[in-house]
Amino acid sequence: MLKPERLIDESGMRVDGRRPDELRPIKMEVGILDKSDGSAYVEFGGTKVVAAVFGPREAHPRHLALPDRAILNCRYHMTSFSVEERKPLGMTRREVELSKVIREALETVTFLEEFPRASIDVYIEVVQADGGTRTTGLTAASLALADAGIPMADLVAAVAVGKVDGQLILDLCDVEDKYGEADMPVAMAPRFNSIVLLQLNGRMTVDEFKRGLALAQKGIAEIYRLQREALKKKFSEFTPAEE
Amino acid sequence: MAFVPKKDLTAKIMRNKVYNLLLQDKRIDGRHPKELRPISIQTSLLSKAEGSALVSMGSTKILTGIKVELGTPFPDRPDEGTFTVNAELLPLASTSFEPGPPDERGVELARVVDRSIREGGVLDLKKLCLVEGEKVYIIFIDIYVLDYDGNYFDPSLISALAALATAKIPRYEIVDDKLQKTEEFFSLELNSLPFTVMVGVLGERFLVDPQMEEEKVLDVSMIIGTDEKGNITCIQKNSPGQVSISLMDEILETVIEKTGEIRRKFLQEVPVKLASTA
Repeated sequence: MLKPERLIDESGMRVDGRRPDELRPIKMEVGILDKSDGSAYVEFGGTKVVAAVFGPREAHPRHLALPDRAILNCRYHMTSFSVEERKPLGMTRREVELSKVIREALETVTFLEEFPRASIDVYIEVVQADGGTRTTGLTAASLALADAGIPMADLVAAVAVGKVDGQLILDLCDVEDKYGEADMPVAMAPRFNSIVLLQLNGRMTVDEFKRGLALAQKGIAEIYRLQREALKKKFSEFTPAEE
Repeated sequence: MAFVPKKDLTAKIMRNKVYNLLLQDKRIDGRHPKELRPISIQTSLLSKAEGSALVSMGSTKILTGIKVELGTPFPDRPDEGTFTVNAELLPLASTSFEPGPPDERGVELARVVDRSIREGGVLDLKKLCLVEGEKVYIIFIDIYVLDYDGNYFDPSLISALAALATAKIPRYEIVDDKLQKTEEFFSLELNSLPFTVMVGVLGERFLVDPQMEEEKVLDVSMIIGTDEKGNITCIQKNSPGQVSISLMDEILETVIEKTGEIRRKFLQEVPVKLASTA
């Protein structure tokens, strides 16, 4: 992937023709897998992610079980073919770190104390990566949790904001992430207007941070709307088996 | 996949204690909510390592060593040296650390320090190139947590920067088309000094640099870094829990002030060669 001459053209458009505050085309589908208790597919432009949830089920190994609540396990993983240069099999340090921050974001909204001694396992597989895989994965994982019927205080909606050519942009694609000046993934529980995941890779002034956060909030409001629509769609199509 | 248990029962009692003190601007160890623990920095303690630093923040102790090797550059950056950061939470530092390869906490610590140094633009990697496309310096920054009494992030970055600042890198020269190690050494110039401050939130209040008893009961914690120009160089929310957006302004203001304090202390204690841009 070569560095484009510039990331924002003279008319203010981005490499993929978007405005700075525009999201990529988003697709969401709930309940796409059969064997898991809940699942979801989410696409942000070229980023495609599948998430699935198992549980609440008996915790393995059993000594890990907690007497007062369920444990939440989370694995964020990229398929070897999701990136330009084949990713070696197994977990990289990046994947270990992202699994941790994604799990922490989900733990914040999930009522784990409803299921003592149980485990809830969240698996996120990035099928194709084009920037924003952790935010897309988290968005998908919270849909899968809801699909599994696990009680939550809110859905988690996530998007990255960043800075390219000195300008703040919403929902970075891979080129913008790679050649831009900053990438800040943000996840929120929109009902509470609170942040559940926040990272910054790059440099921003305090003012840019504040404007970036406001831009993320705007994107998250739209993503949250799409999430609820996707959930409603699955359950409105559901027809009970005939007697 | 590993899961870190969050709160035990005594923690709930402790949380109330810490929170009630916080409402009166007090803390269990007598500090003000916005007060860091005393920092001490010792450098060049080891001779086998090219650079080393032992940093304590209260009784949290971090030892960082720098090792330098020669290697080939990345194909897309043929004229730049490279560095990698590793961190180990040693079992002698805390009962909550176990022997074995770094778990997710160790990985997170290493990556947060790595990002701070990389995105803060601390090193001029072009100056670490010996033969373009063939030989460059590879700098290993290895961080060991020796004693864990809360907040291993801030002292780890301080010790990494102190070890870098005082490292003596062997100079090489080309003799008959071959690289030869000389007896001479040079110091690394640092372009910038980004530091981080760990912030812990309880209710609508927050404190900086939690010690262990506090860290265990925080509602949520974050590590935020800023450089001398007041740019934000790193953010990592590193625990479950929610942060209300309305709290962020005051947190950022405090972090900038506190990283400034760390920077002044660092400049007093560490003989650092700053690039003219800094």
